[in-house]
Amino acid sequence: MENQVVLEMKHIMKIYGNGVVANEDVSLDLRKGEIHALLGENGAGKSTLMKVLFGIEQPDQGEIVLKGTPVTIKSPQDAISKGIGMVHQHFMLVPSLSVADNIILGVAPKKGIFIDTAKAVDAAQSIAREYNFDINVNDKVEEIPVGIKQKVEILKALYRGAEILILDEPTAVLTPQETEELFVQLLKLREKGHTIIFISHKLDEIKKICDRATIMRNGRSMGTYEVKDITTQEMSRLMVGHEVSLTFDKNEQHLTDNIFMRVRNLTVHNSQGVLKVDDLSFDLKGGEVLGIAGVEGNGQTELIDTLTGLNKKYHGTVQVMGKDIANASIDDIRSMEVAHIPEDRMASGCASTLSIKENLFTNQYKNEKYSSGLMLKGKAMDQRSDELIKEYLIKCKSRRQHVGMLSGGNIQKVIVAREFSTNPKIIIANQPTRGIDVGAAAFIRKRLLEFRDAGCAVILVSADLTEIFSLSDRLAVMYKGKFAGFFTDVANVSEDELGEHMLGIKKDERLEGVLYE
Amino acid sequence: MSSAKKFDMLRTVLSVAIALLISFVIIFFVSAQPLEAIKYLLIGPFSNKRSMGNVVESMIPLIFTGTGVCIMFSANQINLAGEGAFHMGGLIATCVAINMSIPGISPIVALFAAGVVGALFTAIPAVMKITTTANEMVSSLMINYLALYFGNYILNNVIGDPAASTASYPLTAESQLPVLVDGTRIHLGFIIAIAVAILGYVFLYKTKLGYELRITGENESFARYSGISIVKVIVISQLLGGFVAGLGGGVEMLSPIYSRFTWASLLGYGWDAIIICTLSKKNPLYTPFAALFLAYLRTGASIMARRTDVTLEIVQITQGIIILLVVAEQFLSGYRHKLIAREAKAELKEEGVK
Repeated sequence: MENQVVLEMKHIMKIYGNGVVANEDVSLDLRKGEIHALLGENGAGKSTLMKVLFGIEQPDQGEIVLKGTPVTIKSPQDAISKGIGMVHQHFMLVPSLSVADNIILGVAPKKGIFIDTAKAVDAAQSIAREYNFDINVNDKVEEIPVGIKQKVEILKALYRGAEILILDEPTAVLTPQETEELFVQLLKLREKGHTIIFISHKLDEIKKICDRATIMRNGRSMGTYEVKDITTQEMSRLMVGHEVSLTFDKNEQHLTDNIFMRVRNLTVHNSQGVLKVDDLSFDLKGGEVLGIAGVEGNGQTELIDTLTGLNKKYHGTVQVMGKDIANASIDDIRSMEVAHIPEDRMASGCASTLSIKENLFTNQYKNEKYSSGLMLKGKAMDQRSDELIKEYLIKCKSRRQHVGMLSGGNIQKVIVAREFSTNPKIIIANQPTRGIDVGAAAFIRKRLLEFRDAGCAVILVSADLTEIFSLSDRLAVMYKGKFAGFFTDVANVSEDELGEHMLGIKKDERLEGVLYE
Repeated sequence: MSSAKKFDMLRTVLSVAIALLISFVIIFFVSAQPLEAIKYLLIGPFSNKRSMGNVVESMIPLIFTGTGVCIMFSANQINLAGEGAFHMGGLIATCVAINMSIPGISPIVALFAAGVVGALFTAIPAVMKITTTANEMVSSLMINYLALYFGNYILNNVIGDPAASTASYPLTAESQLPVLVDGTRIHLGFIIAIAVAILGYVFLYKTKLGYELRITGENESFARYSGISIVKVIVISQLLGGFVAGLGGGVEMLSPIYSRFTWASLLGYGWDAIIICTLSKKNPLYTPFAALFLAYLRTGASIMARRTDVTLEIVQITQGIIILLVVAEQFLSGYRHKLIAREAKAELKEEGVK
C-alpha cells in the first residue's frame, strides 16, 4: 500500500516559444503518502515541470499517468478537478478578503445567486479543524503574517480536494520558526495520505522531511533517490554536476589611494513618499568589492538607482571620481566609466526583440570605434560582437539572434559582456547572478574579481549570501534604509550573525570602516 | 533564415491569401458575374499601360506616409497624425506653387515647405506628450481634424479661386513634377519616394540616432538605463515621421494628378500608412513592396467596380482581414511552436552526437 504510485510523469519534454528547452526528458513518479523533493538549481526546469503538471503549460512530448490512466491536464482548473493543488511562491490571495472568503473563492456555497456567508465560514472552519490548522478564518488576509498566508494557500488547495500538493519553494519566505511549523503540518498531511511535492534547493530541509528526492539539472532528471540513502554532498554534486567550490581564491587586495565613490547623508524617498534610504554615507575605493546584503525591499533598489543616475530625487551628495552627480545625466555618469548590471534584466537590461549585436552597444555606440559622425560602423560592431560572444561564452546561433531567444544565463552574459566591455572603473552589480545557472554565475563572479584585481571598484548587491561572502572585501547589511551592520573582516562573520543584522534584530550604531577618512 | 523569420513571412503571405479568399467568397455571394469580377480584380491592372501607370502612381503617397509611420512606430510613438501632416503638406505646397513660377526652384521650395509643416504638425502630439503626458495616440488622432478644417478654411478664404467651386487657383506649370513615362501619370515623385524609403531604412538601421530610436521603441526602460535621452527620441522620431508624411502630401499635390488644391476631406493615406507599416514590419525598405501590393489591389478593384456590379468597398474588407490576421499574434501560433520545437529537438540531437 505504501508504495502505491499515484502519479507518473513520463519523458516530459517542454520547449518554450523562444526555443529554450526547459525540460528535455524528465520522468517522475509519486507514491501515495510521501513527501517528494524536487531538487535543482535555478533554471534546472523544476518550475516548468510543475507548470506542466498543474496544467499551466502543455508538454511537447511525454505523458502523465494519474492512478493508472493517462490524462491530459488542460488547465489549472482541470488539475484541481483531478486532485492536484499548487501553492505558488508568490501567494495568490485577495488581501482585502477574509481567510474564509479566500478559501471558498470560486467554489463558494451559494444561496440563490448570493454566497452563503455563514456556510462559507463553517466550511472554512471545518477544513481548518480537520487538518489541525490553527487559523482564525474571519481574519483579513492583509492583516495576517506570511506563515499564516501560506497555511491559507494550503487550505485553499485542500478545500478543492487536492490529494497531490505542489509546494513551490515554500520555505523561501518563512522564518526558521514558521518553517518548523510548516514541517509539522506537512508531516500530518502525509499521515492523512496526501502526496506532497516539495520544490527546494535547500538540502538540509530535504534531508529533514522528504522521503524521496528527484534531482534535476539542465532540464534533465538526474534520478530519484531515497533521501535516507544519499548524502547532501552527493545531492549537491548531482544538482550542480561537478564539485563547485563556493569560495573563490581571492588575490591579495591592492586598494587605490583615491576614493572612487563618495556618498554622504544620502536620503531617498520612493514615489509614494516612503523613506527608503535613510541618511547613508560610505566610501568606495578602487580594488575592492563592497557587498551589500539585506532582505529585499530595504532600500537597495533605491540606493542603486540613485548611484546610477536613474533616480534624481534625493538629498545628500554622491560623488563619482570626485564629481558631484546631482546634475549629471545617466549618459554623463556612464561616461565617468560606471557600469551597471541592473536588478531586472528583462525589464531594463536588454531589448529582447532586438539582436544580440544590437544589445551589446547601447553603452558605447557613441565611441569612435563604433560610429563616426551620424553613422554606425556596422562592420566594427559585427566583429566586436563576435569577439564578445566568444569571450563571454554566450551560447547562441549568431549575433543576429534575438536576445529573447536565449536562456536566462546567456541573456545575463550579454548584459555583463556589454557592461564590462567598456573597461569600467566602477561596477555596480545588482543581483548579477539571480536565477541563472551555476556555470554562468561562477563565470560572472570570477569576472567581477578580475576587475577588482585590476583596480576597479565594485558594489555588489545580492540576496545570495554565499556570493556576498565569497566576493566581498567589505560587507554592509541594509535594513530599513540604513546600514544595520558593517564588516571589514568578512572572513570572520558567520551567516547567523549576518542574518540577525538582516532581520534588524541586531543593529550596530557605530559603523567602523564605512568611511576612509 | 531563422525559423521565426520564415514563419513571419509565411504568416503574412497566408494572411493575404486568406483575405483574398474571403473576398472571393463575398464576391460570389453578391455578384451576378463573379468570375468576371475576380478576373478584373486580379489581372485588371495588367490590361493596359494606363492601368499599370495607375498602380505606380498610387504607390507614391503610400510609400511616403508608410515610411513616416515606420519611423514613428519604430520608436513606439503611435502617432496617427500622418494623415493630417499629409493634408497640411498638400495645402502648403499649393500655397507655394500657385505663387511661384521659377522652374526647378519652385517645386523644391514647395516640397521643403510641405515637409517642414508636416514635421511641425506631428510634433504637436509629441510636445504635448512630453509637457503634459497626453497620450500621443489620442491627441494625434483628434488633431487630424484640425488639419482638415484648417485646410477647408484656407481653401475657402485664402487660396480659393472664385471662378471654380471648392478649388484653389491653379498651380503654376513650373511647380509641377515632370511625368517620367509617356502615356501614364508616373512622375518624378516615384523616384523621390523610393529614395525616401531607402533613406528611412538607412536612418533607422545604420545611424546612431536610428539605433537610439529603435532601442527606445523596443524597451523604453532599457533605453533610459543605457543613457539614451527619451525626450530627444520622442521629438525627433515624430518630427521626421511628420516631415516624410508632409513631403508626401506635397509630392502628391504637385503630381500631374492635380492642377488645383481640391481636398475638402482627408484622403486616408495616413490610415493606409498603418497597413503599409504593418506589412513591412516597421522597416521602410519594404514599404515600396507593401505599397505595390495595396496599390495593385486598389487599381484592380476600381477596374472591377467600373466593369462589373461589385463595388469598390470590397477592397476595404480585404485590407481589414489582412491587418487582423497579420497583427493577430496567436494566429498560427500552434504551427509556430511546432517549428521552434522541431528546431530545438534537432539541436539537441546534434549535441548528443557530439
